[in-house]
Amino acid sequence: MSTNFNVTLNVKLKYFASIREAIGLGSENIATQAVTLNTLRDELIARGGAYAQVLAHGRAVRMALNQDLCEESAPLSEGCEVAFFPPVTGG
Amino acid sequence: MSFTVSIQTQDFDVSQELAALRAGDARVGAVCSFLGTVRERNDGSSVASMELEHYPGMTEKSIEAMMDQAKKRFDIFAARVIHRVGLLHPEDQIVFVAVTSAHRGESFKACEFLMDYLKTQAPFWKKELTPEGARWVDARVSDDQALARWGIEATNTTP
Repeated sequence: MSTNFNVTLNVKLKYFASIREAIGLGSENIATQAVTLNTLRDELIARGGAYAQVLAHGRAVRMALNQDLCEESAPLSEGCEVAFFPPVTGG
Repeated sequence: MSFTVSIQTQDFDVSQELAALRAGDARVGAVCSFLGTVRERNDGSSVASMELEHYPGMTEKSIEAMMDQAKKRFDIFAARVIHRVGLLHPEDQIVFVAVTSAHRGESFKACEFLMDYLKTQAPFWKKELTPEGARWVDARVSDDQALARWGIEATNTTP
């Protein structure tokens, strides 16, 4: 298995509920060198401010990759859609 | 004979939905349904209204996936899920799940399974308006435990 260094991926980010409100955005398109959901989360935390606060490790943050709930180790791909949201409360 | 999901702002008619679900299928001997409604009190506060947000696309996809699971686990003929979004008030209908089968056991179980699954896996979020202000509803650990009864690990509330 090869690891790609310095490969940039275009990713569509989506935020929902309390995370959307804190960040002040519903979605954004970014170019990232992150390889997994976890490294992408770290990259967003490094922006500081509301990102660092609501995405901090230890907080209950759910992540979806291409509209499926995923573990932090899930690998990103070109053009993928990643969503960050708090625990769900429907029903 | 169908498995369908609707996410909508408008209200729905339970008796029409039940009639449509079993129409033309004489194998059906049992129809079970669950209706969730807005309570006037939650976690000690009175609720004037609530706003339901969801993740369009993923919501439908996740509910279709749970219906596939229900089909594999239980001997059922059809299922219908309706979930409302937007602004809702106490006594309003929020969620409806209905299932048909030959005998009651399978549809009772499938209906409860679908609700347990929906509570922890479908991307909906409730924001309540109370006298103390607007607040996002906290997820319940008991909902994760409810899904665990079916042998599925839910980590909705896990940090």
